[in-house]
Amino acid sequence: MISPKLVEVGRHTNINLITNSEIKSIEGDPGNFTVNLVNHPRYIDPVKCTGCGECARHCPVTAVNEYNLNLDDRRATYIQYAQAVPLAFAIDTDTCIGCGLCENMCIAKAINYDDEERESSVTVGSVILSSGSRGFDPSQLDFLGYGKHTNVVTSEEFERILSASGPYFGHLMRPLDREEPKKIAWLQCVGSRDTNRSGNGYCSSVCCMYAIKEAMIAKEHAHGDLDCVIFNMDMRSFGKDYEKYYNRARYKDGVRFEKGRIHTITEEPETGDLKVRYADETGMAQEETFSMVVLSVGLKIPDTSAELAERLGIELNKYNFVNTDPFAPVCTNRPGIYTCGVFQGPKDIPGSITEASAAACLAGGDLAEARGTDIEKVEVPDEKDVADQAPKIGVFVCNCGINIGGIVDVPDVQEYAATLPNVVFTDSNLFTCSQDTQDKIKEMIVEHNLNRVVVASCSPKTHEGMFMETLEACGLNKYLFEMANIRNQNSWIHSNDPELATRKAKDLVRMSVFRAAELKPLEEKLVHVNKRALVIGGGIAGMNAALGLGRQGFEVVLLEKDSEMGGFARKLHHTIEGKDVQAYLKQLIEEVNANEKVQVMTDARIVGFEGFKGNFATQVEVGPDAEKHKIEHGVIIVATGANEYKPKEFLYGEDDRVITQVALTDRLEEKGASDLSTVVMIQCVGSRNEENENCSRICCQSAVKNALHIKKLNPDAQVFVLYRDIRTYGLLEEYYTEARKQGVIFIRFDKDAPPTVEATSEGLVVTVKDHILQQNVAISTDLLTLSAGMAATDTDELSRIMKLNRSPEGFFIEAHVKLRPVDMPSEGIFLCGSAHGPKLISETVSQSQAAASRATTFLAKDAIKLSAITAKVDVDHCVKCLTCVRSCPFGVPIFNEDEKVIEINEAICHGCGVCTAVCPRQTIQLSFYEDDQITSKIDALLEAA
Amino acid sequence: MADKSGSVMVLGAGIAGMQASLDLANSDYNVYLVDKTPTIGGMMARLDKTFPTNDCAM
Repeated sequence: MISPKLVEVGRHTNINLITNSEIKSIEGDPGNFTVNLVNHPRYIDPVKCTGCGECARHCPVTAVNEYNLNLDDRRATYIQYAQAVPLAFAIDTDTCIGCGLCENMCIAKAINYDDEERESSVTVGSVILSSGSRGFDPSQLDFLGYGKHTNVVTSEEFERILSASGPYFGHLMRPLDREEPKKIAWLQCVGSRDTNRSGNGYCSSVCCMYAIKEAMIAKEHAHGDLDCVIFNMDMRSFGKDYEKYYNRARYKDGVRFEKGRIHTITEEPETGDLKVRYADETGMAQEETFSMVVLSVGLKIPDTSAELAERLGIELNKYNFVNTDPFAPVCTNRPGIYTCGVFQGPKDIPGSITEASAAACLAGGDLAEARGTDIEKVEVPDEKDVADQAPKIGVFVCNCGINIGGIVDVPDVQEYAATLPNVVFTDSNLFTCSQDTQDKIKEMIVEHNLNRVVVASCSPKTHEGMFMETLEACGLNKYLFEMANIRNQNSWIHSNDPELATRKAKDLVRMSVFRAAELKPLEEKLVHVNKRALVIGGGIAGMNAALGLGRQGFEVVLLEKDSEMGGFARKLHHTIEGKDVQAYLKQLIEEVNANEKVQVMTDARIVGFEGFKGNFATQVEVGPDAEKHKIEHGVIIVATGANEYKPKEFLYGEDDRVITQVALTDRLEEKGASDLSTVVMIQCVGSRNEENENCSRICCQSAVKNALHIKKLNPDAQVFVLYRDIRTYGLLEEYYTEARKQGVIFIRFDKDAPPTVEATSEGLVVTVKDHILQQNVAISTDLLTLSAGMAATDTDELSRIMKLNRSPEGFFIEAHVKLRPVDMPSEGIFLCGSAHGPKLISETVSQSQAAASRATTFLAKDAIKLSAITAKVDVDHCVKCLTCVRSCPFGVPIFNEDEKVIEINEAICHGCGVCTAVCPRQTIQLSFYEDDQITSKIDALLEAA
Repeated sequence: MADKSGSVMVLGAGIAGMQASLDLANSDYNVYLVDKTPTIGGMMARLDKTFPTNDCAM
């Protein structure tokens, strides 16, 4: 997934890569900083280096390979990995003996032993600090035996062990004897949630999820039965749809989850197996033997980042994460300098990507008037006219490391491809997606005058766009390109039968070559971009998105369905950090109202919608009289929010002593807690059950926040929190620790044995089975507070009118959970706040700024290109049966009453092909997937090999 | 005050730094993407697969 992004960054004309470098100091003011850099020597000129690798092949020196976490070796002259960007080698002078072999071998004359440390400086308007983290080093924790017992590895090392490009080429082996393990234990919270030994009181937020993933993948890689046990305090699968993943591992894949605290790990000398001693949930000592132990190490900010922050005057918290305000989550204390990713706080990849876009929104917003002044315009070469030429096809077969090459006989496939009709050139590559291969493909297109290109590698879903750009960059129409997926649909499936996989690869390549011959150049139309945005929802998310776009200089229309702005946040008082939500909301509303770029419409309801990216038109009814307006706009940001779930459980609605966390917050603000002697809270009400499988993410911190508030108001009050897993991720963990210090009692229960509630005249009695005592505990309480989850706002009408997809739980669906967390599948539409899924205010703020940044990438352009893959009707043969009109999932084909013809607007056609398939007369053709282009593949398949 | 610069510096070229750079670059800002190591990609480039889709990290 990261590889296409690496290539995009590497080839982007507006991005200058400066590697081997660090910031020494930053002088000047926001808008005009001078950044002084230290450029460390690389000893190989990255401009001259072609990445051919001759230097490394001839280097006689062996050094430990840090990329594979020291599990294997590399040369002193090295590159980290095959897809590296920039694709240039470096010399590790700590191990280099200066023998001169690499210099002699380098045809490009890129080696420079005399390279030395230099200093340079550049002028910029803003700075973003995203220096990330590294895994916690567990060697300081004696009892785990890391560094002493060879088969105890860190989770980072285990990632490399599982990886096809890792030290064992993706074979599941343990380090000691390279035997396949039969039983693996994961130990959670190593270097996290541990103030005693490691001093890290925070939760690293990602380890539960990656441990589940590693266990699932290890089971896939194993040849026989593999037992996987994850020892944990709480499983924290709090992200969108993460609970489903946890349940899949637990109930479908048979991963075992064990609550327990590890005492020691000892090695059995004769076998290398590891004896794990631990205390189970009841406190009993247990012992279990494993062939391998994986330490789920936490995320730790390196000392070098702390030193950098000190040099730059950036405030950090006690764990060296950047000190930020929950309402300004990517701002540092120094104006003009922003932060994102794990340096800001522990988080996963989608969270980092979201925050990165938020930082881009603010960093760019500061410089809006200078946008476009420091860049060079990209010149795409004129397209060569190849329409009348006979096909001349080049075929590039990818090894994908060993993903394909380890199974499929790639040289054989390449040789075969050369025998196919119209093929004039063939090649094979270690990684066809790497940057040097793109350059090579370009050279070959020119040298052999190719007018069609076939890449046999992985999925067009991830890589087609990148290869198409390569064609464009040398003047070839990008639609003269075809991919054969010989990895996902072949080598991965038939890994146990290499001969069959090779035969199938040949079939797939032949099919692609036949289709390539039928491809035609297609024209992508340019459409004007309307530089106004529509933001739907006037809560914290919508208002921040609107302000983010306003700062970039774009007009915004902000729609709110209620008569006033603020959304769900109007019901909240303070964040867990003690920040005043109402004061923030007041300031935000004032800012929105004062911003001349933002037009607010309250009491607004969307009643009609049409158009496509860059050119949307939305009809709204506004105000009590439903006054009609038509808004024209280029992008949409959906920020419709969520509400607290209304419980059906635990006597809610029947007994007024049963309230939700939101109601408790109100109650504490209004009446205090002096009259409360006992409060019981029950977690996961309306979450993590059959009706709503997901975790609502925020309820654990709500409970801890309110429990601390009660203790502050009335230290004698007893507070019990009945929970399944406490999910106070990231820095929220500190508040959980504090709550326990303050005497709040946390009792875990199983989903299958939930607490029961009985109403009596003296009070409510809550009964729960305590796991430590192994018996029922009955608690009489004044109040029962239910940690009700979050339920999506009712958006049935909106999603129908705007054709926006939602999950079964009613939250809108993003384009890709990992890499495109704020984009929606339809281009030009973005998503933020709890309309996407439950989240904290700080996370909502950063996601809405992120949505503004993503929208800016559209609005900054005067015109955008439309895809040429659209459906076209042959009106002369169409019988107007209307099957297409009824079948299109996007409602694109319409019957023009005046002309009496079916019309398909190519600007809004998604190119899905449904109409093409259902048309009984075959009068609709989808360009790039025309009938001939599809049947040619079938003909090729049926043709004897 | 002097005219504003149309450039941004991003320090750290992991997935976060890369995304920030791409957004800014695609919004017509010039970006200097700085990394201490010889290559970009950061921690994500060392992962095998990613949750919750089990897509290949690379």
